[in-house]
Amino acid sequence: MQEDVKKKNPRVGLFVTCLVDLFRPTVGFASVKLLEDAGCEVEVPMAQTCCGQPAYNSGDRSDTIEIAKNTIETFEGYDYVVAPSGSCAGMLKKHYPGLFKGDAHWEARAAAFSARVHELVSFLVDVMGVKDVAVAHAGSVTYHDSCSGLRELGIREQPRRLLSSIAGLKLQEMRDADTCCGFGGTFCVKYPDISNRIVEEKTANIRATGAETLLAGDLGCLMNMAGKLQRQGADVKVRHVAEVLAGMVDGPAIGKDKR
Amino acid sequence: MQITSPAFKENSRQALSDAQLQKALGNVRSGFIDKRQNSIDALPEFDALRDSARAIKDHTLAHLDLYLESYEEKVKKAGGYVHWAETAADARNIILEICRSAGARTVTKGKSMITEEIGLNEFLEKEGVRPVETDLGEYIIQLRGEHPSHIIAPAVHLTQEQVEADFRRVHDHLPVARDLSEPESLLAEARRVLRYRYFQADVGITGANFLVAETGSSIIVTNEGNGDLTQILPRVHVVVASIEKILPTLEDVGQILRVLARSATGQDMSVYTTVSTGPRRPGDPDGPEEYHVVLVDNGRSSMLGTEFQDMLRCIRCGACMNHCPVYHAVGGHAYGWVYPGPMGAVLTPSLVGVEKAGHLPNASTFCGRCESVCPMRIPLPKMMRHWREREFSRGLNPATQRYGLRAWAMVAKRPKLYRFATSIGIPLLSFFKGRKGSFHYLPLAGGWTRHRELPAPEGRTFMQQWRDRDVRKQEAVA
Amino acid sequence: MSGREAILNKVRAAIGASPDDTARARIVKKRLAKPPLGVIPARGQLPEKDRIALFCQMAAKVSASVERVKKPGDVPKAVAAYLRSRNLPASVRMGVDERLEAMSWKSLKSLEVKHGPADADDEVGVSHAVAGVAETGTVVLHSGAANPTTVNFLPEHHIVVVDAKDIAGDLETAFAGIRQTFGKGMMPRTVNLVTGPSRSGDIQQKLLLGAHGPRALHLIVVDGG
Repeated sequence: MQEDVKKKNPRVGLFVTCLVDLFRPTVGFASVKLLEDAGCEVEVPMAQTCCGQPAYNSGDRSDTIEIAKNTIETFEGYDYVVAPSGSCAGMLKKHYPGLFKGDAHWEARAAAFSARVHELVSFLVDVMGVKDVAVAHAGSVTYHDSCSGLRELGIREQPRRLLSSIAGLKLQEMRDADTCCGFGGTFCVKYPDISNRIVEEKTANIRATGAETLLAGDLGCLMNMAGKLQRQGADVKVRHVAEVLAGMVDGPAIGKDKR
Repeated sequence: MQITSPAFKENSRQALSDAQLQKALGNVRSGFIDKRQNSIDALPEFDALRDSARAIKDHTLAHLDLYLESYEEKVKKAGGYVHWAETAADARNIILEICRSAGARTVTKGKSMITEEIGLNEFLEKEGVRPVETDLGEYIIQLRGEHPSHIIAPAVHLTQEQVEADFRRVHDHLPVARDLSEPESLLAEARRVLRYRYFQADVGITGANFLVAETGSSIIVTNEGNGDLTQILPRVHVVVASIEKILPTLEDVGQILRVLARSATGQDMSVYTTVSTGPRRPGDPDGPEEYHVVLVDNGRSSMLGTEFQDMLRCIRCGACMNHCPVYHAVGGHAYGWVYPGPMGAVLTPSLVGVEKAGHLPNASTFCGRCESVCPMRIPLPKMMRHWREREFSRGLNPATQRYGLRAWAMVAKRPKLYRFATSIGIPLLSFFKGRKGSFHYLPLAGGWTRHRELPAPEGRTFMQQWRDRDVRKQEAVA
Repeated sequence: MSGREAILNKVRAAIGASPDDTARARIVKKRLAKPPLGVIPARGQLPEKDRIALFCQMAAKVSASVERVKKPGDVPKAVAAYLRSRNLPASVRMGVDERLEAMSWKSLKSLEVKHGPADADDEVGVSHAVAGVAETGTVVLHSGAANPTTVNFLPEHHIVVVDAKDIAGDLETAFAGIRQTFGKGMMPRTVNLVTGPSRSGDIQQKLLLGAHGPRALHLIVVDGG
């Protein structure tokens, strides 16, 4: 699939993800900028909603299937489907085909769709061959590996490679960067106390680095960690990695007041 | 044992506020993970061995009936007895009968999760046979009247100070002034106390890591040596093993041994891997005179051929719980039954019913670390999701959750409605927060705001802003 | 219906098999007769000299002490020296293994050699391994009329003699040796694979040597054995 669409200017359908759409549009615009800078033609189909994970992970398979059908139909015809989230991209890429087992027509459509899905940063590096970004960022950052991106899609080096190309940016790795932050979608509200214990561990590791900014590739995890850091009174700015890569850091960090 | 899995939330709250437990759980985080990684880094073939191990188990499960028959034949040929137990109660009665006919008053026990599963100790005690756990961790928790909180480190929830206090309480025949301030002195005391128990026992009961169809052997993999003393000193050796422990041949054992110890404790090989076949042979100067194997089903056959079959590949290494953020937070007892952590979250509903164990497969962030470290490549998150599907289709999860989810799904399935609802709701939410970046409290979001601030929406949705941009672009072109 | 039939029937129903399914039976028979070897790590697959060196190195890594002697006749002296160096009484327990029996224990007048199974008071046991495994530093021992298993577990110190020529690269080679000795599908009552001295991590995950089995494992590798 990838071979025959290796165009210089592929048409990319941006899967915005519901959290970015609703809570942090900046990440969407940063994604568009990064994709366009890499030579992509970006479109944002209006018929997209959510990837369906809340239903899928709650055991509601029939609603998940309907949501998945809508997503697949909406994004057919693009060379690639790109999402600024390892979790949503993982859902589209790794879990959609399995939903349609026994339904040959939809299984094939889902497989063709999933083959074209990528998470944003790994898409830039692995598919578009981006080696550096032409922005500067003075200050220290630490990077949290969100679980789905890391373990379902193998995203680990790509964001670090691009971050290391940023003039002035210093990456300070935290201990256990690859351990869950405790978000887990509905988990964090179904089991708030356990989720809290896990995110406390995470914020302790973040704070121990002394980094000014925390970055990650998933808004769910970022909102969880940002919310906890803020409740603890920690002075750490939290941003989606795309914001820094695109140089779009003028607005307030996640959860911070408007100046 | 009593099942407290339905009270998982309550259990976990208690665990989170137990300072001793939280201190002890720190040892799980620091103790297992690096050691495992180091041993794996030193073996380039590790992933190939995982594939091999998985293929062996899948093959064995697909031919389980035949391997069990061939195993039984070999055990008998070596002079041993095979007993088949459909249920936990059958297993308990069979074992009691063996103890009775051996005239046993004391039995020593090697560490075995299956005997925990069938509730053997409580039963034997009630029937007048005294079970003595000999694995150090098991011994400690037996003194405390507790159950294991981890499948390979049963006392991992305890601190050294707690163990010292228990030893002083129970070993009251020893001098009060003795020094027990170091783990070394605690171990030495347990060794001395248990030594003569081995000689006292009439029956020794062990589990089995593997049963070998080729030879009729049972295999235990241990570090302390207590399992061996348990099975060679008493007159009767009883092996209790569930039916999925079977492997075709010694070569297959070799494959799985290479992933077992590394995944469990980060050792290349555990200290003692002992292959036992039948009773002592004519002329043998030691070893048991009788050898019994109790093959336990207790729900395994009901998992075969279902979406939970892969769980029967589990070799009980504990890597999933060692790497689980939820286990790290609450420890093993919160899970409320024998098997904690991710493997327990899948296995417990299979064995005691999802009505009782429904919380367990839900209490996971689906971070996937368990699957990534599982030597047998068991898709644990996927199977937890299968349990959630069963709960959902049977209406077992709370009504508020179900209605909330249905309402959300109703909107998410209809793009136009979704756009409309979010384009009103989000700007409204954004209006309420004013210049503040987050909410300290928000109605209906108490689960979130109890422990953290809720970052507020930036303003209008991305889709609203994007549509405006498109409109502006078109105007510019016009 | 017996428990046996009930379980087997459930298993067959779940797998979708019938008891007279000859194709499956053939597959099982074949696998039992000719076990596939699987993945054998490269680590132990070395020429003899390096293999023995790896064995010694791996055994030391798991806290066994290792020494090499030139010929079987040197073993009793090495044992006596070990006892002296650890301040142990001059007394050892061993079976009547013919390889050990052939050694000149009597020439060491002060050393008491007790034969037969071990008892709770024995401080030092001596065994002869049938094989070593270089990949993991493991020694392979098995029970028999001349080889009590208690000697491997009851004493505080366990001295194991292994002939260098019996050190295999991998576990599978050692298993093959046992098959050759006892016949296909036949086993002695007990086969012990021992990798280092006994240990426990059950108290606060701190690794301590000498749990219930021997506190110390001393390996004597006989080069000309």
